[in-house]
Amino acid sequence: MKILTGNDLKTGAVIWWDGQGWSLHVEDSADVGDRGEQILAVEDAACRVNGGYVIDAGREADGAVRPAHIKDRIRALGPTVRPDLTLKPADPDAGSWVI
Amino acid sequence: MYKYDHYDQAMVDARVEDFRDQTRRRLAGQMTDDQFKPLRLKNGLYLQLHAYMLRIAIPYGTLDSRQLRKLAHIARTYDRGYGHFTTRQNLQFHWIKLEQAPDILAELAEVEMHCIQTSGESIRNISADHYAGAAADEIMDPRPWAEMLRQMTTFHPEFSYLPRKFKICVIAAEEDRAAMRWHDFGLRIVKNPNDDGAGEIGFEVYPGGGMGRTPFIAYKARDFVPQHQIFSYLQAVLRVWNRHARRDNIHKQRMKILVHELGEEEFTRQVEAEFQRILTLKTDFPQAEYDRIAAYFEPPAFESGLPDEIDRSDPDFAVWVDQQVAEHKAPGYAIANISLKKIGGIGGDITAEQMEVVADLAERYSFDELRVAHTQNLVLPHVRKQDLYEIWQTLREAELADANLDLVTDIIACPGLDYCSLANARSIPVAQKIAERFANHERQQDIGELKIKISGCINACGHHHAGHIGILGVDRKGTENYQLLLGGSGDEHTTQAKITGPGFTEDGVVDAVERAVERYREIREPGERFLDTYRRVGMDGFKEAIYG
Repeated sequence: MKILTGNDLKTGAVIWWDGQGWSLHVEDSADVGDRGEQILAVEDAACRVNGGYVIDAGREADGAVRPAHIKDRIRALGPTVRPDLTLKPADPDAGSWVI
Repeated sequence: MYKYDHYDQAMVDARVEDFRDQTRRRLAGQMTDDQFKPLRLKNGLYLQLHAYMLRIAIPYGTLDSRQLRKLAHIARTYDRGYGHFTTRQNLQFHWIKLEQAPDILAELAEVEMHCIQTSGESIRNISADHYAGAAADEIMDPRPWAEMLRQMTTFHPEFSYLPRKFKICVIAAEEDRAAMRWHDFGLRIVKNPNDDGAGEIGFEVYPGGGMGRTPFIAYKARDFVPQHQIFSYLQAVLRVWNRHARRDNIHKQRMKILVHELGEEEFTRQVEAEFQRILTLKTDFPQAEYDRIAAYFEPPAFESGLPDEIDRSDPDFAVWVDQQVAEHKAPGYAIANISLKKIGGIGGDITAEQMEVVADLAERYSFDELRVAHTQNLVLPHVRKQDLYEIWQTLREAELADANLDLVTDIIACPGLDYCSLANARSIPVAQKIAERFANHERQQDIGELKIKISGCINACGHHHAGHIGILGVDRKGTENYQLLLGGSGDEHTTQAKITGPGFTEDGVVDAVERAVERYREIREPGERFLDTYRRVGMDGFKEAIYG
């Protein structure tokens, strides 16, 4: 599947296109098919996203979205060396999802 | 240390207001990202993996307590309670919001700090020996010259659109503690070797160095440039580079590439010709201006008659003294190195609370001065030996009293793929695993000096080319992979590390490092450091042990 990601223009936070707007959580990502660049053009013009790009992702057995590249998985979770600063600070094993 | 005058402050304040307006227009949709990006980069604001990153210039690595407390305040107020010291003696905050960036710049300007020229094709923060002004072996404090060059080059129109970034380093001792020859323009302050001992001060000049994907060690172009001609010489170097450098391929635009392609002899010939022309223009600074700036770097009022002995009755303290304390030029004083390489921690990271502890120590014990080392550690440059025990006790309470300077756990590592958008692999976890593997202090001491440097990509921010053991993270079909290198150095006998062979997984490279270290322990001769043994036996002496 193809999903959209970028950084929030104001805050820099990593964001994911959920089909209607932007979410902080990769699991909300929508498959944009071949419409990624078109959506990004609109969102960029509206100053809602910075540095947006289309990436490959897959669905895991439980339906969760998993970006294909480790860089985007680290973006999705947060720094593996600071679990307290990730989106799942209470889950000590969250980093294993990245690797 | 240097204090802003009216002009300095006005320039920095104006720059803050410029950026505030630029940010407002970007957030209002009046500027595109393509228009805004070069403007934010000129103010040190990058977009990284998780947020914006702000890189703050710390000229020649010198800070006072007021500035460090301000950085602690910014960490707590605008970031996530910590900062990261870099190999360029700068500090980075990794969780910055664009909408707050102008306010941060305004806060920095209050304490004579800024982020100008910490990015882009400009003359970057000028680095220096972190023992400057304190080292027993220096000819003079190199920082007045670093400051002079900073002032002469900042906002200089000829240097505002260079082909690529340009890094300058100034040292004043035979021992190179600042990796001088890994810079585009390295300077060593020396006495004129040809004036029959009259002692004229000037510079050995080393252009053409740099790390990155195409590493080169700077070569000596001149044994001696008189001190008051150094700006002319720098102009000549930059002018020759500006004249010839490619601007069509980012990987070919650094000056080191031009030096390599022209050849050292031809590059020097052109620089010398340009130098003679520029000298006639008399653009070097007058003595009065040098005197004005040098006055800011007068040595502190060291006390005389202080005891030179250190009470080492506390064995843990004695271990710290042996590893972290260096000789000072003034009797009764010492240089105290503060490790930011706690086992299990993140090298170069420091919390806001720790910043305040160090600021307090600097204010109370070190004439209100501290330094950032390119090795991502801190330094209290001027402390009385009789105060070392109290300093150590305070550092220990703040978890800053690790005794591992220049040992196997004192690892340089860039932020890597955990933070950096350019990285291909994570650096910090590798550094942590190596540090944990060698955590035992007796084992570290037995191994002795061993500088491991890790970069998460070929840009080499983690100085892997200069590591006794270097590690380079690469992307191998979407998986992190690590190349191992041996034999690099950033000291006065600078060498470039060589790749051992095929790469390793994350755990595999930790094992490979241990095998290399154990091989060294097997074959070392008395008094040999790891690097000495490598230089004696070469790669072949290690390769079989590493790969089996």
